[in-house]
Amino acid sequence: MKCRVCKEPAIIDLPRHNANFCADHFHELCRRQVTKAIKDHEMFSPTDRILIAVSGGKDSLAVWDLLIELGYQADGLYIALGIGEYSHESQVYTEAFAAERGLNLRIISLRDDYGYDVPTAAWTTRRVPCSACGLSKRHLFDSAALEGGYDVVVTGHNLDDEAAVLFGNALRWDIEYLARQMPVLPGRDGFPKKAKPLIRLTERETAAWCLTRGIDYLVEECPMAVGNKHLGYKAALNAIEAESPGTKASFYLGFLERMAPLLAAQSVASQGDLQRCESCNAPTTGSVCAFCRLVDTASAHEAVSVEIVARPGRGRRKR
Amino acid sequence: MKVLLRNPRREVEMSGPVRVLRLLEQLGLNRESHLVIRNGTLIPGDELIGDGDTVEIRPVISGGS
Repeated sequence: MKCRVCKEPAIIDLPRHNANFCADHFHELCRRQVTKAIKDHEMFSPTDRILIAVSGGKDSLAVWDLLIELGYQADGLYIALGIGEYSHESQVYTEAFAAERGLNLRIISLRDDYGYDVPTAAWTTRRVPCSACGLSKRHLFDSAALEGGYDVVVTGHNLDDEAAVLFGNALRWDIEYLARQMPVLPGRDGFPKKAKPLIRLTERETAAWCLTRGIDYLVEECPMAVGNKHLGYKAALNAIEAESPGTKASFYLGFLERMAPLLAAQSVASQGDLQRCESCNAPTTGSVCAFCRLVDTASAHEAVSVEIVARPGRGRRKR
Repeated sequence: MKVLLRNPRREVEMSGPVRVLRLLEQLGLNRESHLVIRNGTLIPGDELIGDGDTVEIRPVISGGS
């Protein structure tokens, strides 16, 4: 296979673009796709201060690397989730990435700073682990961004992530979630602005970016995510993509172009009234926010191991 | 050839020479969710893998949402 641009040997074939690329021209494609996403959705400008939600996986390290390369000012925030060896390794990769490039990285530890970890939170609140994890991360990234005076929080959600969430929301016709599934969420009522610059790149492309840029990342899957619905949706979409390249992009990007505008009014209507949490002052619909309730419950319990919570058929989950 | 697989990490022996896409097919893996790496270098779908080669097949799917 030859690179479509320079005819040198290709290192990657991208059926959705009906093209193959050498490393240099693959990087050019990635930069172009990210630049287009930022511009099309008015995500941020070069003068904005960006906080990257970084996990040590391929997507968050790729988006951090791409934004720095494109000339943006981006610091990282890593949250130590306490998911055993998985969390330990992901922190090692994150710290190495930041240190090698001289980037600012802040670390928050759920166990050291809040007295709990994700397995214990999932067990004590009977949430699925991804729900306890997501709630903790959203709250801490939001509050860190506001405290630090950042203009926007950036996450590494890629085309596959967004297509899978869209697929799940469409299967349930969850109009409220469909209306909120946008690449940029404006800041409002105590929430920072959020943006997803990787929405035009697939997971295969972000992984290839890391590999060809010499970025070491945690390849292993989170032990608590194994078997979740999100992975099932991705597998279903990839089965279709293999037969019909470009389907994921047309599904998600077509949604943004043609369906999302029709749902915009619904998005505004579903925002609801918010007040301040009595404990932490974060925006909430009740008197105490979900994060503070989770901290209260989980930190009062002795630590629960990853193995107990990740075990199939444990029967303590609720949605 | 030696093939390193992940999640869980393991090594399997396959016969070559074989092209990347054919190897993925033989292992029942979707090309959209994997990268194939030989000596630290990414290789495309039509690349021929020799009998003496060692390759890593790296999954690219993340589970969080």
